[in-house]
Amino acid sequence: MSKGDFYVVGKSLPKVDGISLVTGKPRFVADIELPGMLYAKILTSPHPHARIVGIDTSKAEKLPGVASVLTHDNTPHTRYTTAGQGYPEPSPYDTMMFDSKVRFVGDRVAAVAAENEQVADEALRLIRVDYAPIPEIISPDDAIAAGAPVIHDERDARGIHDARHNIAASVDIATGDVGAGFSESDVVVETTCETQYAQHVPLEPHVCLSWLDEDGRLVIRTSTQVPFHVRRIVAHVLNLPVGKIRVIKPRIGGAFGTKQEIVLEDLAGLFTLRTGRPVLLELTRKEEFVSSRTRHPMRVRVKLGAKKNGTLHAIEMEALSNTGAYGTHGLTVLSNVGSKTLPLYNKADNVHFFGKAVYTNLPVAGAYRGYGAPQGYFPLETAMDELAERLGIDPLVLRRRNHIQTGETSPIFERLGEGREGVAQTIKSCALDRCIEAGAERIGWTDKRGKRHMEGKTAYGIGMSIHMQGSGIPYIDMGAATIKMNEDGSFNLLLGATDLGTGSDTILAQIAAEVLGVPLSKMIVYSSDTDRTPFDVGAYASSTTYVSGQAVEQAAKKIRGQIISVASAMLGEDMEGLILADEHVIGEGKSVSLAEVCRHALYESDQFQPAATASYFPRETAPPFMASFAEVAVDTETGAVGVVRYVAAVDCGTAINPRLAEGQVEGAVVNGIGYALTEEMLLSKHGRVQNPSLFDYKIPCALDIPPIDVILVESHEPTGPMGAKSIAEIGINAPIPTIANAVYDAVGIRLSKTPFTPERVLQAIRKAK
Amino acid sequence: MNIVLTINGIRRELTIDPGETLLHLLRRVGYKGVKKGCETGDCGACAVLLDDRAVNSCLVLAAKADGHEIVTIEGLAQWGKEDEIYPIGQAWDDELHPIQRAFLDAGAVQCGYCTPGMMISAADLLAHNPNPTEREIKEAIAGNLCRCTGYVKQIEAISKAAEIIRGLHE
Repeated sequence: MSKGDFYVVGKSLPKVDGISLVTGKPRFVADIELPGMLYAKILTSPHPHARIVGIDTSKAEKLPGVASVLTHDNTPHTRYTTAGQGYPEPSPYDTMMFDSKVRFVGDRVAAVAAENEQVADEALRLIRVDYAPIPEIISPDDAIAAGAPVIHDERDARGIHDARHNIAASVDIATGDVGAGFSESDVVVETTCETQYAQHVPLEPHVCLSWLDEDGRLVIRTSTQVPFHVRRIVAHVLNLPVGKIRVIKPRIGGAFGTKQEIVLEDLAGLFTLRTGRPVLLELTRKEEFVSSRTRHPMRVRVKLGAKKNGTLHAIEMEALSNTGAYGTHGLTVLSNVGSKTLPLYNKADNVHFFGKAVYTNLPVAGAYRGYGAPQGYFPLETAMDELAERLGIDPLVLRRRNHIQTGETSPIFERLGEGREGVAQTIKSCALDRCIEAGAERIGWTDKRGKRHMEGKTAYGIGMSIHMQGSGIPYIDMGAATIKMNEDGSFNLLLGATDLGTGSDTILAQIAAEVLGVPLSKMIVYSSDTDRTPFDVGAYASSTTYVSGQAVEQAAKKIRGQIISVASAMLGEDMEGLILADEHVIGEGKSVSLAEVCRHALYESDQFQPAATASYFPRETAPPFMASFAEVAVDTETGAVGVVRYVAAVDCGTAINPRLAEGQVEGAVVNGIGYALTEEMLLSKHGRVQNPSLFDYKIPCALDIPPIDVILVESHEPTGPMGAKSIAEIGINAPIPTIANAVYDAVGIRLSKTPFTPERVLQAIRKAK
Repeated sequence: MNIVLTINGIRRELTIDPGETLLHLLRRVGYKGVKKGCETGDCGACAVLLDDRAVNSCLVLAAKADGHEIVTIEGLAQWGKEDEIYPIGQAWDDELHPIQRAFLDAGAVQCGYCTPGMMISAADLLAHNPNPTEREIKEAIAGNLCRCTGYVKQIEAISKAAEIIRGLHE
C-alpha cells in the first residue's frame, strides 16, 4: 500500500488524549485522592557503603499519625531485580526491599506511612540507625582493582557475573579475526571516550498510589512503562499470587527508561497490605536525582582498521560500564553498546566486542532512552571522522561506503542480542543513503565542511554522524491488543502497550482505524491495566509502534473478518466482494453501516460480541536509521559550545502520524544536546549527588535550543505495521558525536569526555596549542 | 487561617495552613491540572496566573493569594473569553483557548505534564504581547521545562495561537 492510499494512517491527527491533557483533567497518578489515604516517605542512607548494625524505630512508631514503619527487620528478604524486563530477567537478583547493608548514598533504609507528609517526615527523623561504614568504591577502575571491597557479598544474590570482583556482567563476542584484520588494514585509528552520570528527568517524578479493592486485591496505580512487569515483580517480592494484584497505568508524565524500573511499587503495596489503607508514595525531585535511576556512565574504546579505499576491515570495541550499586539493566545496556552500533558498519569482516559492567557505591544506573547506544556511538562516530581525515575521504563518503544496506546482514545480529545471543536477520528497509543526502543538503555540507571560519573569537564548524537502533527485541518482546465493537459503530481498543506520553495510544488507534475504515474518533482507547487489557511487555526498546502496532493491526483484521461475515449475511452477498470504508461495509450497489452490523450482531440474529485479541511476537527487529548534522559555534576564549543549527534525517518506515514522529525525534535530539553539553550529576568523593535539583542539573530550556530540522525520510518496512518502524530512541544517540565532530571541524580538537562544558573545551583548546 | 480568593472566576473562602504553598492548596481543593514537578521554582509545571501574570505556585504562599485572582489551566479558556483580556469584540468560538487548540493541532503535547504550566506562561505572554517574536516566545517559556518535545512544536503552537488571537482583534 502506498502512502496516498491511507485513510487515517500518515496523517498528523491530534492525540486521542489531547483535549484532556490541554484542559488539565486529573489523569495522572497523584491526581486522585482516596478516603483514608496515607502518605509514605523513605529514609535513605547517608553512607555510600555500610552495614546497618541496628535500627530503632520505636520513637517513630509511637509518633501520633504514624501507621506503619518498614525496615529490614519486618519486610520480605526476597532477592529481585528492579529491572522491568522480560522474564527471566537478564539482570542479577541483587536487590532486596530493605537490605542489612547499604550500597550508595540514597539507598533504602526504612520507610514510614503516616496520616500526612509532615508526620511521615517527622517520623523519619525519629528513626535511629547505627551504621558500620565499609570503604567505598567510587570509580569503575577501583571496583576491579585487586583487593577492592566487595559490594555484593551477600550469599543469596543470583545472576551476578563475578561478585567477588564487583563485575555485575560481562560480554565478549567476536566474528572473524580482529588481530589479523588490523594487520591487514592500511590505516588504523583508535579513540577512547567517556560519558557521564546523566538522568532522565521526566517532569513527573516516580509516583504510585496503592489500595485494596472491594475483594481485598492489591491495586497499584503507578507511573510506569511496564505495568505487567510491575505486577510480576511485586508479586515475587511480596509473595502474592499475580492474580491478587492489579496494576493500572494512567497518563504518565514522561519516563525515558527510568520508569522501566520497579522503584516504589513494592513499598506502597506492602504498606497497603499492612494497613489496609490507600498509600501515596511520590519522590521529590531531590529524591528522584539521588535515589532513582541514571544512565550508565561508560568508558568505551574503539579501534578501526580500514583499507586505503575506505572499506572498514576490522573493528574492536571495549566498554567499561559503571552500573552503580545494583546491576539493573547492567548486562543488556552493555550488550547494546555493541549490538546497536556495530551492525551499522557491516563491511568490516573482523569485529570484536567485549566489556564489563561493574558495581560501584554510586547511584544506580538503569534503562535510559538509547540504552547503551549513545555511549557506543560517541567513540565509533568520532573514530569514523578521524578515519575519514586520515584517508582523505569526505566523512559522508566514508560512511556511505561502509554502512549496511537493504538486503544485507551483519554477523553481529546473530552473535549479540539482549544479554544473550541475538537473532540473524537481513535488513529489509534502509533509507540511510537518502537520509545522508537530505541532511547534507539541508545543512549545506558541501559549502561548509572543512571550511572552518572565525567571526571575532568564535569559530564555526559542522559535523555529522550516522546511527541505527532497533524496533523491539526479537524472540523476547510480545505485545497484545483487544478490540471490541459497540452498536454505534465505535470500537474499544484495549492496549497492553503503555503510552507514557509518546502518543502511542493515538498511533495504535490510527492503525486500527485504518484497517477498519473508520475515523480516529470511533476508536475509544484504553491503556494499560493488568485487569482489563491484554499483556504487553511495555514501552521500551523502541517496541511499541513496531511490535504492539502489529498486534493492533492483526486484532483489527480479525474483527474486520467478523464484521464482513455479519454484513455478508445482512446484504446477502459473498464475503469476498465486501470492503470496509467510511464506516460502512460496501458490497455491489448495497451497503450497511458498521452501527447496523453491530446492532445485528448484538441483538438480531445469531448474537455474539464482535471482538478480537491478537498477539505479536517479533522474530526480527527492523532498525530505524538516521543521519545527523550540526553546525556549532565555539567561543575560543571561554570554551563555550553553542549549537547553531541541527538537522536530523530519520528513516522511520511509514510515519503513522508524522507530527508525533517528528516530536519523538525533536525531543530525543534536545535530550541528547543536554547530554552532550550541560547535563552531569556531580558526585562528591564519597559518592553523594551534589546537584540534585533542576537549578543545578541543567536540562535544556526553550532558550537553549537551536533551530532543529527533522526530516522524515520514509521507507517501507515490509515486516512493520503499515510499513512502519519505531523511532523513539534513535535521536538521542546522535548529538554527542555530531557535536564533537563539528567542534573538531571548528577548532581542530577532539573532545572525548562529556559533557562538553566550557572548562573541558577550553582545556582541550589550550592543550592543543 | 482563612483566606478569600477567586479561582477561575469563582470566589472561594478557604482554610489554609500558614506555611502552605499555593500549589499545595490548589491541588488540595481539586485543581489537579496544576502540576508538581520540583517544588523549588525550577520547572514551571505548577504555573498559574495570579492577577493575570504567570507565577510558579510552588513559590507562592497560599496566604499571599488572599484577595487575589487565580487562574489555573482548568479556567484558562474561560479567562480569555470573559475577562476582556484580549481587546476583542468576540471571543473564540471554541471550548478551548486558542493556545490549547494550537497545542493540540501542532502536536505540542506529549506526556502533557508540563503542558498546563507552559500554556499559562504563553497566556501571560500573549495577553501582554500579542505579536511576539520567536525569541520572546522562548523567553516567556524559558522557565517551563519540557523533557518530551524539544520545544519545537510548543514554540510553533504559541506562534500560531498569537496569530489566531491577532486575527480575532481584526
